Amino acid sequence: MAVFERRKYEPRKEAKPRARGVPSGLWTKCSGCGEVIYNQVLKKSHQVCPKCEYHFPLGARERLVLICDGGKFQEHDAKMEAVDVLQFKGVTSYASKLKANRKKTGLPDAMVSGTGKIGGREVSLGAMEFAFLGGSMGVVVGEKVTRTIERGLAKKMPVIIFSASGGARMYEGMFSLMQMAKTSGALAKLGAAGLPFISVLTNPTMAGVMASFASLGDMILAEPRAMIGFAGARVIRETTQQELPKEFQTSEFLHEHGLIDMIVSRSEMKETLARLLRYL
Amino acid sequence: MEKRIEELRKLSGRQKLGAESEIAALQKKWTEARREVYGNLTPWQRIQIVRHPQRPYLLDYLQQGATDVFELGGDRTFGEDRALIGGLATLHQQRVVFLGHQKGRDTKENLRRNFGCAHPEGYRKALRLMRLADRFRLPIVTLIDTPGAFPGVASEERHVAEAIAVNIREMFNFRVPIIAVVIGEGGSGGALGIGVANRVLILENAYYSVISPEGCASILWKDRAFAPQATEALRISSKDLLQLGLVDEVIPEPTGGAHRDWTTTIRTTMERIAHHLAELNQLSAARLVETRQERYRAIGSVLEK
Ligand SMILES: [Zn+2]
Repeated sequence: MAVFERRKYEPRKEAKPRARGVPSGLWTKCSGCGEVIYNQVLKKSHQVCPKCEYHFPLGARERLVLICDGGKFQEHDAKMEAVDVLQFKGVTSYASKLKANRKKTGLPDAMVSGTGKIGGREVSLGAMEFAFLGGSMGVVVGEKVTRTIERGLAKKMPVIIFSASGGARMYEGMFSLMQMAKTSGALAKLGAAGLPFISVLTNPTMAGVMASFASLGDMILAEPRAMIGFAGARVIRETTQQELPKEFQTSEFLHEHGLIDMIVSRSEMKETLARLLRYL
Repeated sequence: MEKRIEELRKLSGRQKLGAESEIAALQKKWTEARREVYGNLTPWQRIQIVRHPQRPYLLDYLQQGATDVFELGGDRTFGEDRALIGGLATLHQQRVVFLGHQKGRDTKENLRRNFGCAHPEGYRKALRLMRLADRFRLPIVTLIDTPGAFPGVASEERHVAEAIAVNIREMFNFRVPIIAVVIGEGGSGGALGIGVANRVLILENAYYSVISPEGCASILWKDRAFAPQATEALRISSKDLLQLGLVDEVIPEPTGGAHRDWTTTIRTTMERIAHHLAELNQLSAARLVETRQERYRAIGSVLEK
């Protein structure tokens, strides 16, 4: 039987995110408008194109610094590392992939989490790091997301998670699929306790992450023009031979189709979250 | 060898040649040979077996292994998904709400069933039926058999990811026993969308994976032809999953696979479901919720320095 497989996130050619939160070299060609921008300028604008407002992926740590009062947050589980429990061997081994991505990002895995204040309100929060193996969710990401939610539960704080992920981490097989259940189970408890969860979708949020905690916010916000969805565009095209609608799987498309509460630009994010939290 | 046994049997039937002992010996050898062949199947060969079109599907299990079956339709919002169906059934005197994916055996039926790949409506119907189960204190039994949720424009427009996510979360809240059985293909989120359970069982040749072998091969090896290697690397066979503590029990299949003997397969599967249901029925509603949470909370270890 012909089998429909789901592939991990593949960046659109017309809006290819850089491999790193901070592009290497002196300048970057904007994926939105084609303008050549000095990296110094991009860094100052928190990876947003000054001309067309295209939002490049932002590093997880940089994200939390940007969003927390005074740029300060108390990091938790900072040294949590993955175990190669399957001893996965593909063309390259998981072990070597981990090593390379740790070196590239300076992070042990694809998530930074902790507690901080937003507009004076204590929150438990986390951000995913797309530069680390495509922000994929293995056991470490799943565990950190779960603990972020559990900290909110224990200290009666709202929970906020910034997603940036191609989906589940293949190299951890079924263990990564089960993180979808683990994180969603924690949200079931948070919801029962009457505590809020705000999910912020950034470019890209796909597949297993979108089919678990990222879709379960009491409020779902998204950065402009982020790629968001379940199956990759190429798989859909190959499976259905269908022409894809304009702006398919973008924040704007999903807002139009009723999934997202609002689209919030990076420069407005902190202020928006602070004001929303006053209601929760 | 099978042919030789058949010949001898015919001969002996007609001529009283005293061939019984030879038949018996041959038959024993044949059984052993088959068991050896099938016992040593590679994970990839098992994937071929599990995709065999004569493998029993959900409706076959219900027809042969359940009574008083009522299929209930619709998500009350958009439509009726025929790739993911559900309703009421009685298994071993136990009334339950059943859910599961349904594939087709020929092109026409497969188009109707969308190859067992559900749209958001299927998952939302499943949620509606699970809520019904919770309200009327009926255990939930889900039979999983899907290559994955359907990757299509309509699926995305109506937010299949959200539908799956909500099911996963809500399945933690239900105060009735939940048993999930992977009877064929356990395709990623499409499987997990009806897969959060107190007990997860899997048939011997079935698989349960975060991604299809072909999908994994095309990403990591850049070539679908490496699917056998991907199958091994992902460790998605029932034996591996049991070893890794990701499933609770492997249900043995008849030699050669479930398609060779529906009756035995379905009887064994229903017996195992009934066994686990009887155990879970001893637990209070609060314990059912608690142990379900604990089951998933414990999955996966990390290194902390
Ligand atoms: Zn631009």
